Amino acid sequence: MHTPASETPILRAEHFSKYLGGRKILDDCSICMHPGDVKVLIGPSGAGKSTFLQCINCLLEPDEGEIWLGEKQINVKNSKELCYLRQHVGMIFQDFNLFDHLCAQDNVALALRKVRGMSKQDALKRAKEELARVGLADRASLFPAQLSGGQKQRVAIARALAMDPTVLLLDEPTSALDPELVGEVLTVIRDLASHGMPMIMVTHQMEFARAVATEILFMEQGQVIEHGAPDDLLAPGTISRTQDFCTRLCDLCSGDTGRIEE
Amino acid sequence: MNVFSAIIEALPYILEGTLVTILLVVGALSLGFCIGVPMAVGQVYAPMPIARLISLYVWFFRGVPVLLLLFLFYYGIFGLIGLEVSTIGASCLVLGMTSAAYQSQIFRGAILSLPAGQLKAGRALGMRDGQSIIHIILPQALRLSIPGWSNEYSILLKDSAMCFALGTPEIMARTHFVASRTYEHLPLYITAGLIYFAITFAGVSMLRRLERKVRIPGYNTSGM
Ligand SMILES: Nc1ncnc2c1ncn2[C@@H]1O[C@H](COP(=O)(O)OP(=O)(O)O)[C@@H](O)[C@H]1O
Ligand SMILES: [Mg+2]
Repeated sequence: MHTPASETPILRAEHFSKYLGGRKILDDCSICMHPGDVKVLIGPSGAGKSTFLQCINCLLEPDEGEIWLGEKQINVKNSKELCYLRQHVGMIFQDFNLFDHLCAQDNVALALRKVRGMSKQDALKRAKEELARVGLADRASLFPAQLSGGQKQRVAIARALAMDPTVLLLDEPTSALDPELVGEVLTVIRDLASHGMPMIMVTHQMEFARAVATEILFMEQGQVIEHGAPDDLLAPGTISRTQDFCTRLCDLCSGDTGRIEE
Repeated sequence: MNVFSAIIEALPYILEGTLVTILLVVGALSLGFCIGVPMAVGQVYAPMPIARLISLYVWFFRGVPVLLLLFLFYYGIFGLIGLEVSTIGASCLVLGMTSAAYQSQIFRGAILSLPAGQLKAGRALGMRDGQSIIHIILPQALRLSIPGWSNEYSILLKDSAMCFALGTPEIMARTHFVASRTYEHLPLYITAGLIYFAITFAGVSMLRRLERKVRIPGYNTSGM
């Protein structure tokens, strides 16, 4: 999985800081993605994980920091470059954010037509392919209100993948789901990981994080305070903030949720 | 003079006025829609000075009686800017500008009621804000606006009677004209009232049908 350090990273977010409501919510956070990297962000609620992710595709404009896509630094004040960045950095939200007035295939096809300029026919064809990839070929003409939470999240994943993103950001993609629906979404995400899709994911599914992550970053009070390979941070007996946090997390849910479907 | 013969004799004349009323209402609603939608979008998304300017417009047109606006524009402002319009044209413009103020607030409310995630999702896919507004925000907001819009329609229809004061030959003006000559006030005004009632009913049920037709599958509108 690990690539030589000499290779240009596909995405670099460097020294991001963000102030919200007069407080420094994000304090000098950096992340660097190489092909095939799956980085998992964990940390207590309010640590700034969502803020960090949203700064990376500039849904929130960072107050400080640089963002590089491959060799190119993105000037986020320039709307063309901003759209270019967002087109290449896909995002999956906790509460799906499907377009409620469009059926599944139109949800996927919309940006293909409006951003990539595909014809209606081509866009729909591609949309159907992407939906098939997440196991929803037979749900293509259903509307969000007619889908289960797990299906909605899979449509959202298909919608992001259709743009051929360089990196995928996932903000607690299974937190809004009923426990029995978590597995179907994790299965799709793991499948992507195994096909080398670079991802930055916020999750509390530690078992899953351990299985797919190439690196875990632990955030607290706006800073990344620990990072490393899952085995280094989470091996039994290790003394780390990450380990400590995970132990408390596991005590809380006593292992009844988050089983990964095999 | 027999009551019924008075009505029957006056009816073609009043019905012609009905066409004028309908023309006024359709024209004013359309104008209000065309100005109201961009105003709502501007109020929500445009930078401060533009949003302020729109608020000022809304504040003015909502704060002054329609009758005063009709006089102000027809006898005052239109002359001042050298605009020569018929009474029908003037009525249409003034009602339309007023309706734009009210309609913009209907649309603004609908836009604000959408989850913030909708625009975020559009942005996250690389869509420009204008594209997201046109293809994501407005299709949903306009659907939500239909009940409020139907209300605006029924109010505007009745406001159009005010145009009588400019001499616009609509239902009210014609009824008044006939009534004052024949002295059959009661039956004639009842007739006019029934015509207003019928147009209101027809329009509201048409909008009700539209609402059902564009309903998003999976949502129920019964409120239960
Ligand atoms: N718009 C905002 N204004 C002020 N504070 C905010 C805003 N958005 C988030 N915050 C604060 O920023 C902190 C980090 O939020 P967030 O990134 O959502 O945390 P996490 O995703 O790790 O739970 C929280 O304390 C939250 O209250
Ligand atoms: Mg969060």
